[in-house]
Amino acid sequence: MNHPFIQALQQIYPAERLLTRDVQLLPYESDGLTAFQTKPGAVALPVDEDEIISTVRLCHQMEVPFVARGSGTSLSGGSLPIADGLIIGLNRMNRIKRIDPRGRIAVVEPGVINLHITHAVEPYGLYYAPDPSSQSICTIGGNIAFNSGGAHCLKYGMTSNHVLGMKVVLADGTVTQFGSESLDGVGIGPDLVGLFVGSEGLFGIALEITLRLMPAPQLYRTVLAAYDNLGRAGDAVSMVVASGLLPGAMEIMDRLSIKAAEAAVAAGYPPDAEALLIVELEGEALQVEAEFAQLQGVIEESGAFEVRVAQSEEERARIWKGRKSAFSAVGRLSPDFIVQDGVVPRSRLGEALQEIDAIKSKYGLDVANVFHAGDGNLHPLILYDGREAGALERAEALAGEILAMCVDLGGSITGEHGIGMEKRDYMPAMFSDQELEIMMALRRAIDPKEIANRGKMFPGVEAPALQQHGLHPLEKQGVISRE
Amino acid sequence: MRHQIELDALRAPEMLEPIEKCVHCGFCLAACPTYDLLGEEMDSPRGRIYLMKNVLEARIEADEAQPYIDRCLGCMACVPACPSGVEYGDLLVSYRALQEAERSRSLTDAVTRKLVCETLPYPQRFRLAIRGGKIGRAFATLLPDAFGAMLSLLPESLPAPMPLPAVLPAVGERRGKVGLLLGCAQQVLAPAISHAAAHVLAANGIEVHIPRGQSCCGSILLHVGAEDQARQLARGNFPLMPDDIDAIITTAAGCGSGMNDYELLFKGEADAERARAFSRLVMDFSAYLASIGLRPPPGFAEERVVAYQDACHLLHAQGHQAEPRALLRQVPNLRLVNIADAGMCCGSAGTYNIDQPSIAAELGKRKVAAILAAEPDVIVSGNIGCITQMRAHLNFVGDDRPVMHLAQLLHQAYSEGD
Repeated sequence: MNHPFIQALQQIYPAERLLTRDVQLLPYESDGLTAFQTKPGAVALPVDEDEIISTVRLCHQMEVPFVARGSGTSLSGGSLPIADGLIIGLNRMNRIKRIDPRGRIAVVEPGVINLHITHAVEPYGLYYAPDPSSQSICTIGGNIAFNSGGAHCLKYGMTSNHVLGMKVVLADGTVTQFGSESLDGVGIGPDLVGLFVGSEGLFGIALEITLRLMPAPQLYRTVLAAYDNLGRAGDAVSMVVASGLLPGAMEIMDRLSIKAAEAAVAAGYPPDAEALLIVELEGEALQVEAEFAQLQGVIEESGAFEVRVAQSEEERARIWKGRKSAFSAVGRLSPDFIVQDGVVPRSRLGEALQEIDAIKSKYGLDVANVFHAGDGNLHPLILYDGREAGALERAEALAGEILAMCVDLGGSITGEHGIGMEKRDYMPAMFSDQELEIMMALRRAIDPKEIANRGKMFPGVEAPALQQHGLHPLEKQGVISRE
Repeated sequence: MRHQIELDALRAPEMLEPIEKCVHCGFCLAACPTYDLLGEEMDSPRGRIYLMKNVLEARIEADEAQPYIDRCLGCMACVPACPSGVEYGDLLVSYRALQEAERSRSLTDAVTRKLVCETLPYPQRFRLAIRGGKIGRAFATLLPDAFGAMLSLLPESLPAPMPLPAVLPAVGERRGKVGLLLGCAQQVLAPAISHAAAHVLAANGIEVHIPRGQSCCGSILLHVGAEDQARQLARGNFPLMPDDIDAIITTAAGCGSGMNDYELLFKGEADAERARAFSRLVMDFSAYLASIGLRPPPGFAEERVVAYQDACHLLHAQGHQAEPRALLRQVPNLRLVNIADAGMCCGSAGTYNIDQPSIAAELGKRKVAAILAAEPDVIVSGNIGCITQMRAHLNFVGDDRPVMHLAQLLHQAYSEGD
């Protein structure tokens, strides 16, 4: 990495918080998507916002690209380093600065772990609603960058519905405030909070975030229904929605993902199910009980061969533990796999599942399906053995066909994992050239030197279409490598 | 993760499977004490796996990665936290043993290690060393940090030995027959633990055999990568245990989990089958008692508030979360309170408080703060290392409430009502 830049960083950071040796940098070369590896030029670990601001200004001044990184759990390569760029590791920016139980807000730093917010506000009967499966370790900063969702976003919305305001440093070094502490405040002028949330780190770094807290549900009713066919479980989702219920979460797991989760955490799922539907009702006790009676009727009619209701908090936790560990648990079934993330309109779920079935037979690969059925967010996990010649190419082609299908059915190429590094190539499938041009113009207006998370999201000049095995050009140039 | 590592057939499965299974998801970071404290990828489980992989692929020098591997407590909190089922412990133990032969150590480091390996596992030498330590303490400021840390953990005086008979007969109807391992350092530092365990077992109708001439089980050596010496000591115990016993009982969490790893330690050795048979019989005191069902003790005259501190090698490595608590709940007039962050290591971790004094001290400080917040009358654990660490850190904050082994508290619960 260039010396003047490192020397300037040394003015900001003590030696122990500025990592420059290979042995320190290598563990940062991947996030949750190990298909990509890029060794960064340096890693800086700021502990206060002044350090972050000085660092971003320095990067802007010296035109060094940077990537803000929390816990490095992105599944789309969103926090993949840039070769000779800087990683700004925000995990030590982990203070919860203020909790206002009456106003139901919390003011936090970007490195605070999602679940820690709930732990901190529990004594006040409150919680932070968005619950990505990695909530025990993923940070709010990353949740904001990728507008993270989770099982319970069906009822409460994604991260963007829970960020009221934020202080940010934009990529050109400008420090500014978006939104306010009240829900109404967001309505004045353009919704800049909304613009920043989900921008995948292309605009800058959130320094201080005001989050909305929700009253903790008084009562949960978690129902596990087992079906002998996947389509029937999909139909059950439509039936629940048609009945007028809005559960906190509705999740489906197919046979393979059930098997993986069972191996990982012994969740006690019915062993012979082809598909499991998890429906969770939550809220005030009276309402939940009324809804529960209604739900039982619907599930009964849906043709489930076994229905279980969690009888204790422990049983509920076990049902969710299985679901939330499903992605990583697939590592037990297959040496390699690709986690996909796509969306189809909920009404076309059955159609999409049949289509995936047809596609996978064509490629001769297994696909495990785990999805947020309530909002049509699919997570096909494509299993392959990388040691087998051509298997990766087949898996990627299969993944591509599934995404194309999502777009064809009127859905989206990502529900919550983001575009990051992984899906840049599919952007043109969803957006016209003009639309992409508008997005890029907006990006350049905020980050004229394109230093913030350069190379992500856009299939662009410095980061052209993925090419290895027909997909990742940066690999050909030796900038990144695939395991 | 995919890799380009070539290893001999003996090492390959234990080392390559964890690397292949790791998907780098990061779920382990939340469970890792050093990541929590230091906040760097290199000091996290997935970071260490990545570093070990890179060393084995010859992308980086082993010496470069070593400080980060050394900082691992080996607490195994990452193992149950891992959805992919990565056996981190197998990788770590094998890696440490593989590197031990080649690594270069500073003189102080080498001397400390030698001292640990040559005294701790041998009760008589250890007893002598403690006496020597008293003299050493006077010169502590002149010595390197590692020695200072060693000395500060040594007790001021040693308890008198509490000899046990070769066989302690079962009280009442005989429900089982076990062999009891006395442990090495534990015999010297706290002979009362084995004494209490033997009597609690007997009170529960168990005939307890306490063979003479026991050696260290080798776990502490396995922890520091001294495989040959570990095997040699472990072998000493094989012929001692009677053939018809139901279980070999240990009262030290670290010993129990180390002996569970005998299959790995003895892989390819002539007596591998013997080691496996021994290993299969090993059970922690709490797990064995819970499995046979506790005879109700008379309990305490006045309410006693107890905080149970999980030893990592019971909780994470052996999965005994419920058993010790279930035993405590059966004691009349005993109220169990929870310690926040119960799964977080106290920093004792075998020889860790000698190797990494500052991290160990920070973890000890945090643990004691969490314990005191729960306001117990007495603190109970299942491991001598944790007990020593908590005693030391309670002393630092001027708190003198008792810390004892689960067996000792149960022994009181049986004796007090007599």
